Amino acid sequence: MRVIVPLQAVVQGRGGLVLGSFIPCALFYFLQFYLRRNRPSSSSPPPPSSASGSNLPELASIPRSLSRGLLSPRGSLGPARLSSRGTAVVRDDDNPYYVGLKRCADDPYNRSTNPQGFLLLGLAENRLSLDIIQDWLVKNWKESLLLDDEEEELSIQGLATYQPYDGSMDLKTAVAEFMGQVMQGSVSFNPSHVVLTAGATPAVETLSFCLADPGDAFLVPSPYYPGWDRDIKWRTGVELIPVPCRSTDNFSISIAALELAYNQVKKRGMKVRAVLVSNPSNPVGSLIDRETLCGLLDFVMEKNIHLISDEIFAGSTYGSDKFVSVAEVLDAESFDKSRVHIIYGLSKDLSVPGFRVGVIYSSNENVLAAASKLARFSSISAPTQRLLISMLSDRKFIAEYLAVNRARLHDMHALFVDGLKQLGIKCASSSGGFYCWADMSMFIRPYSEKGELKLWDNLLNVAKVNVTPGSSCHCIEPGWFRCCFTTLTEKDVPTFDAAFNLCGLLVRQSSCFGFEYGIWVLIELNLGPH
Amino acid sequence: MGIPGDEILSRVATGDGHGENTSYFDGWKAYDNDPFHPIHNPNGVIQMGLAENQLCLELMQDWITKNPQASICTKEGVSEFKAIANFQDYHGLPDFRKAIAKFMEKARGGRARFDPERIVMSGGATGAQETIAFCLANPGDAFLIPTPYYPAFDRDFRWRTGVQLLPIRCHSHDNFKITEAELAAAYRKASDSKIRVKGILITNPSNPLGTTMDRETLRTLVRFANEERIHLVCDEIFSGTVFDGPEFVSVAEILQEDPSICDGDLIHIVYSLSKDLGVPGFRVGIIYSYNDAVVSCARRMSSFGLVSTQTQRLLASMLGDDDFTTDLLAESRRRLLHRHRAFTAGLEGVGIRCLKSNAGLFCWMSLKPLLKDATAEGEVKLWRVIVDEVKLNISPGSSFHCTEPGWFRACFANMDEETMETALRRIRTFVRRANEAATAAKTKKRWDTALRLSLPRRLEELTVLTPRLMSPRSPLVQAAT
Repeated sequence: MRVIVPLQAVVQGRGGLVLGSFIPCALFYFLQFYLRRNRPSSSSPPPPSSASGSNLPELASIPRSLSRGLLSPRGSLGPARLSSRGTAVVRDDDNPYYVGLKRCADDPYNRSTNPQGFLLLGLAENRLSLDIIQDWLVKNWKESLLLDDEEEELSIQGLATYQPYDGSMDLKTAVAEFMGQVMQGSVSFNPSHVVLTAGATPAVETLSFCLADPGDAFLVPSPYYPGWDRDIKWRTGVELIPVPCRSTDNFSISIAALELAYNQVKKRGMKVRAVLVSNPSNPVGSLIDRETLCGLLDFVMEKNIHLISDEIFAGSTYGSDKFVSVAEVLDAESFDKSRVHIIYGLSKDLSVPGFRVGVIYSSNENVLAAASKLARFSSISAPTQRLLISMLSDRKFIAEYLAVNRARLHDMHALFVDGLKQLGIKCASSSGGFYCWADMSMFIRPYSEKGELKLWDNLLNVAKVNVTPGSSCHCIEPGWFRCCFTTLTEKDVPTFDAAFNLCGLLVRQSSCFGFEYGIWVLIELNLGPH
Repeated sequence: MGIPGDEILSRVATGDGHGENTSYFDGWKAYDNDPFHPIHNPNGVIQMGLAENQLCLELMQDWITKNPQASICTKEGVSEFKAIANFQDYHGLPDFRKAIAKFMEKARGGRARFDPERIVMSGGATGAQETIAFCLANPGDAFLIPTPYYPAFDRDFRWRTGVQLLPIRCHSHDNFKITEAELAAAYRKASDSKIRVKGILITNPSNPLGTTMDRETLRTLVRFANEERIHLVCDEIFSGTVFDGPEFVSVAEILQEDPSICDGDLIHIVYSLSKDLGVPGFRVGIIYSYNDAVVSCARRMSSFGLVSTQTQRLLASMLGDDDFTTDLLAESRRRLLHRHRAFTAGLEGVGIRCLKSNAGLFCWMSLKPLLKDATAEGEVKLWRVIVDEVKLNISPGSSFHCTEPGWFRACFANMDEETMETALRRIRTFVRRANEAATAAKTKKRWDTALRLSLPRRLEELTVLTPRLMSPRSPLVQAAT
C-alpha cells in the first residue's frame, strides 16, 4: 500500500496536518484493506506464456492468498473451494505447449491405424531406438529379473516390500555408471551422490524445494523448456526469471545478461537462489561450451548461489561438438562443488519415460540429505528398479545402444533440417536433443507473439502438425518453433514430407494473403497427411 | 568465495519437517542398527513398528508365475515393451484405472461404486496425502484430525505444503471414538485462534487403533463437513484388511446411500496398494475425488509421482483377474484374523489389554500398568526400555499424538509365526520382570542399572540434521537373506 500524503495537510499546517492527513490516510488504508479482503479469490492472473514478450514476467503467477488473521476462519461459503495453488493449476490450460499435446493425445497419428491423426512434433520423446531395447529384453528377460540360479520363475520376494525412498544402492550404482557411459567416459559419477526419483519432473521440483524458499527466484536463460513453469513454480512458490538469449549468437548464454537480470531481480526485493540451465539446451539443442560453463561457475560463486544443470539429453547428441558436462569442468578446475547440482533421467537417453526414473546428482551433503528424505513422495517402483539394474549393468549393450541411438538421431536430424530448409525454414545450429529450433519468423504476420500463435494454430488445426511455439518457451524473438523429429520413424518420412509441404504452403500463403486464402488453396489441392 | 553451500539451502531442506527426529523413527534407527534375524541375530530388535502386510505375498507370487504375460520381463509379455516403456500419459493406462476401481469396489464388498475416470495416481499414499493437501489448502490453513493418528501425516500432509494439522481429541473411555462434541470443540478452537480450517482428515480403518468407523460417526463427520463447507479426506488405505465384524463402511457408501447428505465436491478418498496387497515397494498411491476440479488438479500434480507403466501393466492384469482378487482378499483376511487372535491372546495371557479391533496390521495395546509415572515422560522411559532391553520396536502412543500415556502400537503382519512367538516370549519375560521389580521397588526403590534413562541426552540428537535416510526396512527380507 502506498503512503498518501494529502496536499491539504501540508498546506494547512498543524491542525490540518492531523485532520487533513491522518483521517484521509486512515480512510484510504481501510478502503484498500476492504478491497483486498473482498477480492474474489477465483481471480488468478493469466498463465505465464502470455507474458513472454517482456524480459521479466508478471510477478507471482501463483496468487499468494491473504491467509490467517485477515480472512474469516469459517470455511468459505459457496462452491467447495480449492486452494489458490489448486485453482491456478486447474486454470493453467492455455499454454499452447499443453494444448497441442492434448490435441495430439486425443487423435494421434499412426501410420497404419490413424494416418489422418495429429503429427506429434511437440513432445520430446524418442521412438527411434526402442526396438534395440526390446531386442535386449527378448534375449535377456531372465537376467532382467536377477533370478537365483535355482529359480526359474519370476519372483516378487524383495520387490514388494519397502525400499529405500531414494532408490536402492544397486540402482544408484547402475545409474551412476550409465551416466559415466553417457558422458563417454569423460567423468565418473559417485553413486552416493545420487538421489533417484520417479522421473526428472519430481527431481527438479525436489531440488527446487531444497534450494529455495517461496518467493525466491531462479534465473533461467530463455528460451527454456515450458514444463519448468509447472514443475518448478506450481508448488514450490519459486519464481522463474527468463534471461533472454539472442538468435544473433545462436541463443548462447550471456553472463552479462545474467548479471543484468540478477541486479534487476535484486532491485525488486527478491532473492535469486540459483541459475538453471539445460545442456544440451531444450528447446534450442545447442551445447554449452567449456568457457561458458566456467563463466557460469564463476558467476554463481561470486553471487553465492547455486547452479542447476539439467543434462537429461546428454546421451542424445549427434553433432560434431563434444558434450561437456558441468561435472567434467568441476573435476578439472577448482570450483566449489557444493553449489552445483545435476538433473538427469532415463526418459530421454534410454527412451523409457514410462518407467519414471529421474536423478538428482549433487556433492552437497546437506542437499543430498534433504533430497533423499523428500524422495519419499516420488520413489521409483521396485520392479522397474530391478529391471533397470539388470539392463544398465550390461555395459556392452549400453555402449552399443548409445552409439546406434546417436547415429539414428543424427540421420533423422539431418533429414528433418534438410526438409525444413527446402521450405525456406532455417534452424538454429544444434548438436543434441530430439528437436530442432526452427526460424519461421519471416512467415508470421504480424511479427509478434500474436502472429506466431496464429501460425501455430494453423499448423495444429489445419496441417494437423503439433509444434511448440517459442512464446511457450519464453523466447523474446517471435517466430521460432521447436519441432521434434524423434516421434516419427524413417517409414513415416513420406507423411512427414507431405505434412511439411502443407505447412510450407500454409506459412507462405498465410504470410501473403491471410489464412482464408490458404484454406481455399488447401481444399483445392486436397492435401493432408497420408 | 562466499559461504559454503549448506548455508544457502531452503527452510524445507534445513528444518525438521521431515519428522525423522521423533520417537516413531527413533525405534527404526534401533532396528536398523541391530535387526533381528532368527539365525544370524536372534537377539536383535524385532521390528514391530512397521505396518507392512507380508502374509499373502506367496499368493501373488503364484499368480505372477502362472501369468507371465502380465510382466514385460517375460517371453510372453515382452512384445508389449515398446508401448509400455514409451507411455507417459499422466492419466495412466486405462486398464490400470479400471482394475484399481474394480479392486476398491471388491474390498468394500461391492457396496460402493468407483468411476475409473476419477482414479488419479500418486507416489504412494505418501504422495497422495501431500497432493491432496496441496490441492485443498493454502499455507497456514488447517485440517482437523482425530487423535491418535499416523505420525507420518505430520510430514506427508504438512512438510512442503505449509498446512497445519489440529487434533480432535479422542479418549479411551469411549474407545477413542470421534464425538461430535470434540469435533465441534476442535473447530471452534481453530476459529478462535483465527486459523482457517479447510477440512477434516480421517483414517478409516484407523491407524493406529485398528478399528472401523461406525456408520453414525461417519455420517456425523460428513454432515459436519457439509454444514461448515469444509473438505473430508478419508484415508482408506486399510480397507482391505478388515478381518472381523463390524463390516467396513466406506465414505463412498455414505454418499451413495444418501447423496443429499453432503455436497460430493467435499469428499475425497486416499488409497494405496501398500497395505491391502502388501506391495509398498510398487509405490501405488491413489486419489479418488468426487470433485472434478480436484481430480483435474491432482491429475496434473501426479506428474510428480506417476506409477511406472511396467507396474501399472502388471497390476492391471492382476487386479483385473476377478477370481484371484476374491480369493486373495478372503485369504488375507483369514490370515490376519488368525494372526491378530494369536497375538492379542498372547498379550492377554500376561495381562496386557488391547483395544478391541477388527482391521489393520497392528494392535493398540495399553501398557499403563507397567508405567512408573502415568505421564508422557513415563511412557517414553518405558518405551526406551522396551526398545533397548526387550528389543522390540513398538511405537509409543505419544508419537501418534495420543493424549493418554501408556498406549503402544505393535505390528504383527510383517513377520512369520516364529518371530511373533519370539516377540510374545520376550514380552512375557519383560512383564514378569517388571512386576517383580515393582514389588521389589516398594521395599527398596532401587533401579536396575541396565535401565537407561537417557531422555535428556536424546534431545541433543534431535536438533542435528540427520544425515542418514530413514527408510522402512522390511524384516522379512532380512530373514530371507
